[in-house]
Amino acid sequence: MLLSLIVFLPLVGVALLLPMRPENKSLLRVTTLVVMLADCLLSIYLLLAFNQSASGYQFEENIPWLGSLGLRYHLGVDGLSVLLLFLTTLLSWIAILSTWRAVQLRVKEYMIAFLLLELGMLGVFVALDLFLFYVFWEIVLVPMYVIIGVWGGPRKIYATIKFFLFTFIGSLLMLVAILALYFEHAGLANGVRTLDVTQLGNVHYPLAFQIPVFLAFFAAFAVKVPLWPLHTWLPDAHVEAPTAGSVILAGILLKLGGYGFLRFSVPLLPEATHYFGPLMLTLATIAVVYGALVSLVQKDWKKLVAYSSVSHMGFVILGIFVLNPQGLEGAILEMFNHGLLTGALFLCVGIVYERVHDRELAHLGGIARYMPVYAAFFMVFMLGSVGLPGLAGFVGEFLVLLGTFGVSSLAGWISMTAIILAAGYLLWMYARVMFVKLNTEHYAAELVDLRAHEVAYLLPLLALVIWVGVYPDTWLNFLHPAVSHIIAQASAAGGLAAR
Amino acid sequence: MQSLIWIIPVAPMAAAIINGVLGKKLGKATGAVGILAVAISFVMALYVLAGVMAAGNHEGPLADGPFYQWIVSGAFNVQLGYYIDPLAAVMLIVVTSVSLLVHIYSVGYMANDGSFWRFFCYLPLFTFAMLMLVLANNFLQLFLGWEGVGLCSYLLIGFWYNRKSASDAAMKAFIVNRVGDFGFTIGIILIWLTFGSLSFTTVFDKASTVEVGFLTMITLLLFVGACGKSAQIPLYTWLPDAMEGPTPVSALIHAATMVTAGVYMVARMYPLFIHTPVTLSVVAWVGGITAIFAASIGLVQNDIKRILAYSTVSQLGYMFLALGVVVPVSGIFHLFTHAFFKGLLFLGAGSVIHSVEHAFEHAGVHDDPQNIQNMGGLRRYMPWTAGTFLIACLAISGIFPFAGFWSKDEILTGAFVNGQYALYAIGLVTAMMTAFYMFREYFLVFEGTPRFDTHHVHPHESPWWMVGPLAVLALLSLVAGFAVGAPPEHGLFRNFLDPVFAPVLGAEHPETAFVETLILIGASLLIAVIGIYIAMMMYLRRAWSPQAVSARFPRLYDLLYHKWYLDEIYDAAIVQPTLAFARFLWGFDSGVIDGMVNGVGALIRWLGQGLRRLQTGSVGNYALGMSLGLLVILGSLLLSGTFHG
Repeated sequence: MLLSLIVFLPLVGVALLLPMRPENKSLLRVTTLVVMLADCLLSIYLLLAFNQSASGYQFEENIPWLGSLGLRYHLGVDGLSVLLLFLTTLLSWIAILSTWRAVQLRVKEYMIAFLLLELGMLGVFVALDLFLFYVFWEIVLVPMYVIIGVWGGPRKIYATIKFFLFTFIGSLLMLVAILALYFEHAGLANGVRTLDVTQLGNVHYPLAFQIPVFLAFFAAFAVKVPLWPLHTWLPDAHVEAPTAGSVILAGILLKLGGYGFLRFSVPLLPEATHYFGPLMLTLATIAVVYGALVSLVQKDWKKLVAYSSVSHMGFVILGIFVLNPQGLEGAILEMFNHGLLTGALFLCVGIVYERVHDRELAHLGGIARYMPVYAAFFMVFMLGSVGLPGLAGFVGEFLVLLGTFGVSSLAGWISMTAIILAAGYLLWMYARVMFVKLNTEHYAAELVDLRAHEVAYLLPLLALVIWVGVYPDTWLNFLHPAVSHIIAQASAAGGLAAR
Repeated sequence: MQSLIWIIPVAPMAAAIINGVLGKKLGKATGAVGILAVAISFVMALYVLAGVMAAGNHEGPLADGPFYQWIVSGAFNVQLGYYIDPLAAVMLIVVTSVSLLVHIYSVGYMANDGSFWRFFCYLPLFTFAMLMLVLANNFLQLFLGWEGVGLCSYLLIGFWYNRKSASDAAMKAFIVNRVGDFGFTIGIILIWLTFGSLSFTTVFDKASTVEVGFLTMITLLLFVGACGKSAQIPLYTWLPDAMEGPTPVSALIHAATMVTAGVYMVARMYPLFIHTPVTLSVVAWVGGITAIFAASIGLVQNDIKRILAYSTVSQLGYMFLALGVVVPVSGIFHLFTHAFFKGLLFLGAGSVIHSVEHAFEHAGVHDDPQNIQNMGGLRRYMPWTAGTFLIACLAISGIFPFAGFWSKDEILTGAFVNGQYALYAIGLVTAMMTAFYMFREYFLVFEGTPRFDTHHVHPHESPWWMVGPLAVLALLSLVAGFAVGAPPEHGLFRNFLDPVFAPVLGAEHPETAFVETLILIGASLLIAVIGIYIAMMMYLRRAWSPQAVSARFPRLYDLLYHKWYLDEIYDAAIVQPTLAFARFLWGFDSGVIDGMVNGVGALIRWLGQGLRRLQTGSVGNYALGMSLGLLVILGSLLLSGTFHG
């Protein structure tokens, strides 16, 4: 019941909020925060209770749902999902705290949207039945769409429509893929109708079937990642979204794509995975370099961070499709790290934006003098994102590169240039905002250093960024069995030797 | 011994944490915390040195035990440990001793800085990272320290971040070093893929089993990293700019320790490099060319610190030259002596700047306090600084019996004996240039008549906090050479390092005949004296006019003065094209890709007109989509029932 409790606790929050008066903003905020903190504690308990050495799914709940159709309410977690589950519950309450003061309009609806969003994301990471997964996947879309559309910036309508179109087309194709799997499995397994992930993998699908299904999944997952060239919705969505929206978008929503590839595409469609492997590596390598280059010339602070996500998530895809332990574990850790670091970077942007309502890099500068504590936090997150050893970003990226060189030196050499470019755009960004002198002098009065609640949400991120960097084993240990399982499934068909 | 080694890096790390967290409250006490921590490390380093000496001719590391599991993934496993051998012991002594002196000096130098505590957070942090680098027993730990010192370098160059030049220089240092890391990281990855391990002992043991071509690629990639960190061509351009940092930083990080990390790394990897003659000659030639190239720029600069920076680049070139012509012990010996006299030169320059800056400020003069053309005759005002600076100049010029003489002479002799006559000639010419530019600086700063208004500007000798370390370093610059370097090629230093390099080098190195040695020594002494003589005639006696010389070769002078225009060339050839390409891609993003997206959007909107009338808004549209989807599912499930049921 633990997983159901974690997933549906936000629904309890919604129930609590519904009767409250919309004017009572503090109560709405506090209630939401408490519910989300409780959920975070539950997910920490899950981390502690999780057996790191066991393979297979744990904390399973498996009951018939639409029995006649063979659909089940099947939840379960492996190492991959517990990390992302923890990340989700962590970033959710942080997101709420980050817009504690900034959002004053329709607070009640705002809180409900975030609770529903959290529910959907958590569901995605624990659902082991594809239909259930699809339902949660779609639940995520609606609140996010509303969050950008209602509490977003000036071009929010354009951004929401774009976000909607990309993800909706992806979802539709995924639905087709799910249906195809359902029927194909039934056909191959003597009419056993199921969408259970643990069973779908036991059947060998012909390559001619795997290829179109892979492509349909690709449409949904690659858009979410977002993988070049399907990434253009991301900068617009980020720029228009409120800080909390950006944090969740970058921190969790992008991971849904990586998770989808890891949970479904690779294990269920191993031959198509090998078939499309070179293409995926190519696209990922392009994304890594392209995102970094485009970040280099951004004028809007948030857009810069948004494009850097394209580069970092490119590393994730690279790691997944090299299909060796280093690549996969690096990719998963990179997803976790990217959630922490890019989430934190968006929070840092938001903190200054909340004070001066400006994100134009040319207008800022010299902030370190006014906000020294903020400068220290921001520095660590920036360096973590650069990939400095001892901080989170390095471990994931290095493992991915290690895995990549084992498979394709060319992809390795090219994506390695991103470590130079990342230093370029991130240090430039930092220097531009923090050093020399303030370019818009009347902002000085607004630039008060971090408030208590801001320290409260940056501190756990800081601690985790250092923790993962200094002692990554805590987190990697969750991944070993899950990753060997994925590799075993993927190489059953390809006959690849795992190093 | 082994059970206590951890104290060496942990003490400064603790100081950095204490000063970082409590610095604002501690104020000036942060200085004491830093000094105490590094003093502990220094004592422990002496203890380790004693242990290594006691162990005598011990092949391989004395300690190599893993103590901390860092990263495990599949077969990839990195455990941090300590690799203790004579080479590491020498580096530990260099790093902790210079760091200790610089910490003490900084208490005086930074006394009036508002960010005193921040400085004393970064400085021990640097010391910690540098010690991690030196103690590393595997490639990734080395890289950890490597990046750590790079970070501290970045933080300290940009210490006065309100200045644009400081902020730019810090960024440049980090990014140029990242170019080096590009090669270094790939090198490390290839090592793991080849050897299946990143531990030094394992890799060194298997070095001879790997195909030479592949090993050459690996060592070249590692050397790219060394070029970044140790400021060699083509990646040296960040170091002169790094002089934007406070001067004690220039002494510790950008002269004595961090910039020698590349030299140390190549020496550490010698069991790999020795198998790759191609890489060794690249190392030798990059070192040689850098040595003469940087020295040529140093001839005409006017900034008291930048001259020293180019000198550092040049001297690092000597060290690589030594490594390349297979006299690694001489390279490390030069690293050892250079740490003292170059540290001394920088701290002396700092003392001058400190004093002149105050005097100028006091008198309301707005001249550049770092331009040696604004100085002159300072010896009368600050005799201690002048005297110690002179000792350092003699040492770096290679005058007998000062420290630099012994180490530089060994390198030149090594090049000659191993038949590298061209490199020997380059080294000799560089030695003359070195003597010239150092004494040009000395004469322009300390001798002659003051070129500032002596009625209003009154420079003072620096406080004892600062002069004390100068005196200690001057003593070391005087004795460190002959104490451990005499007789040449048979000194204590060589015997001490023999267990590290003798097994690697295999065959005994060619013996030099006594007469030959004497002639070579005579040649390098003569050349240094000529350099000093020219400087004297031009800048002390004023018998030869520097202006006349520069007017005679205007093109060359211009070229040198503008540092061969290398910064401009890099900007035009690499930075601007990259940015232009990035702008093109961004245009591609919003033009082509988004154009297609918007086109598809328009198409769908057109197609959706009909459906749209059924619903009011976009959300509803979406809900419709979802229900349609559900319908499709249910419908098809029912249908499938008829097929399979």
